[in-house]
Amino acid sequence: MLAQFGNPRAWAARFRFDRRYLPVSVTIGLFVLFYTLAALRYTGIGTVQVFSNLLIDNAFLFISAIGMTFVILSGGIDLSVAAVIAFTSILSAALLEQAMLSPVIVIPLVLLIGALFGAAMGALIHYFAIPPFIATLAGMFLARGACFLISIYAIPIENAFYRAVAQYQIRLPIGGFISINVVIALLMLVVAIYILHYTRFGRTVYAIGGNEQSALLMGLPVARTKVLIYALNGFCSALAGVVYSFYMLSGYGLYANGFELDIIAAVVIGGTLLSGGFGYVIGTFFGVLIQGLIQVVITFDGTLNSWWTRIVVGVLTLFFIGMQRFLIGKGHS
Amino acid sequence: MTSLTAKPGAVWARVRVGNLTWAILALLLILGFNFFFTPGFFTIQVRDGHLFGSLIDILTFGASLMILAIGMTLVIGTGGVDLSVGPVAAISGAVAASLIGGASDASQTPLWLAVSAALLVAGLCGAWNGVLVAWAGIQPIIATLILMVAGRGIAQLITKGQILTIYYEPYHFIGGGFLVIPFSIFIVAAVYTVVALLTRRTALGLLIEAIGNNASASRYSGIDQRLVKLLVYTISGLCAGVAGIIISSNVRSADGNNAGLWFELDAILAVAIGGTALSGGRFSLVGSLIGALIIQSLVTTIYSFGVAPEVTLVVKAVVVCIVSLLQSARFRALFRGASQPQGG
Repeated sequence: MLAQFGNPRAWAARFRFDRRYLPVSVTIGLFVLFYTLAALRYTGIGTVQVFSNLLIDNAFLFISAIGMTFVILSGGIDLSVAAVIAFTSILSAALLEQAMLSPVIVIPLVLLIGALFGAAMGALIHYFAIPPFIATLAGMFLARGACFLISIYAIPIENAFYRAVAQYQIRLPIGGFISINVVIALLMLVVAIYILHYTRFGRTVYAIGGNEQSALLMGLPVARTKVLIYALNGFCSALAGVVYSFYMLSGYGLYANGFELDIIAAVVIGGTLLSGGFGYVIGTFFGVLIQGLIQVVITFDGTLNSWWTRIVVGVLTLFFIGMQRFLIGKGHS
Repeated sequence: MTSLTAKPGAVWARVRVGNLTWAILALLLILGFNFFFTPGFFTIQVRDGHLFGSLIDILTFGASLMILAIGMTLVIGTGGVDLSVGPVAAISGAVAASLIGGASDASQTPLWLAVSAALLVAGLCGAWNGVLVAWAGIQPIIATLILMVAGRGIAQLITKGQILTIYYEPYHFIGGGFLVIPFSIFIVAAVYTVVALLTRRTALGLLIEAIGNNASASRYSGIDQRLVKLLVYTISGLCAGVAGIIISSNVRSADGNNAGLWFELDAILAVAIGGTALSGGRFSLVGSLIGALIIQSLVTTIYSFGVAPEVTLVVKAVVVCIVSLLQSARFRALFRGASQPQGG
């Protein structure tokens, strides 16, 4: 993978730029470029608080996209994430408000349910060789349907702890503030980077995504890892659901409708190869940031409409998939 | 698997050996359940020369899904998948609605032109998917994901973010009119006939199955995969376009955001229930039609029980699980010890 990037150019040879980092660098570069252009064009975007809001508004997307990165790195896909977010929000709301349970019980419980739900899909995928697309499609239907078994209406959350978490502002030394959700998302990012790059589990994820057959022949625990990947993603979706409940202070079965696409697109824009085996969590982080920034720009502009978000995200996805095709083509030659 | 001119006996023989048995059994099971538990389910009344009843409802509301399933069957037959059919249906409805306009007595554009334009756009969307899959070599799930993400944005761009209402009666006839039976059923029959002729009376069906079975082997035997794939995705786009017109005509409006929401998943489910292997290679158009009818019957059954319509999702989840487990070789292997191994 190590490539002498552009031989005639001395600077490139000196830095020996690793081509593995190219997609991630492009993502980060694009974000910095977009943000600079936006800050120059619209007064106010360049402030600390607008950037903090970008983190606050997208905290749940960060968490879910981090889980999705593991799944996509292993060569799979998970369509159930947004449904699990909605299910977690309404289940938490029902348990807190109707069953009057304490958040100390509710939060671990919903996280456990999310992880078990993911593990069940992982088991279906691995042991019965059901395509991930189909198994998680069933999971999506099940989670969305289960929401409406609990309640077909939105349930507001009045719980004191949830309200306190939602309203708490952490002042930043450079001005502005962030919410507790952002802290959770950033912690999750650090944990994910550690798991992916400093544990055996992380290396096995890459190995399975690179070539599952080879991983199996190398004696890696493919079965356990695959089930764990989907369990981890289920956990991340449930955590995203908890964070989303803090953010919205209510639970509703239609929350996060269609967000699975945004989450998958964020991972792709973050430079992760959709066929697996290649990519970084930090890229996903910036993938979500780029999507969030597009929305901020549309809000600031006022003349653009929200549907442009989807079109721009689609075009960016196409661009990154094209770039990946190009890089893979080079890698084989 | 199905031939237009086959003798009834031959068709039955194919039904028995193919995977259609399960699908037909499931459909009969649902209808049988309704026969006993839903009063008046099988009653068909004649009002104003139209037929009315739950069975007719299933056909009316199932029409768009049946058409989508036909296109999806071909795509899955080549080993691919088309995730963009829902958004493409929304785009097609949006194009037709914006060309016709909101007047009740007259259409801004002649009806045939509006419908053709909608189908042209849908066909182009399909061709775009085909080019990405066949020429750029991008995996089908990923290639069609792009249009799935951007498609709803494009549909809203066409409708300018509004829900366009269509009061023009002739347009409403397409999806909501009756010629004794719902007019949309004639459209299903026409689409089925064209696609069945195309796949079973020309080599196209054979080529699709060859590509789906073994892409490299078919390449070595000189099949131009790119053209076949382009054609298949274009047909899927066109089917989505027809479905989009039927939906928008039936509800008299075009909604860029919600028209055909989750349709791609229903269509894939219909194809899977119909006995087409999701890995490609063998496909059954009749099976997919039955699959679509099964889904619609389930939905109608649940409606007639007064359960919240959203709960259908749970039932669909169970159906997806059962169908995919039945298709899974490893799952069937668990039961090999008990019964004689059977092919297929």
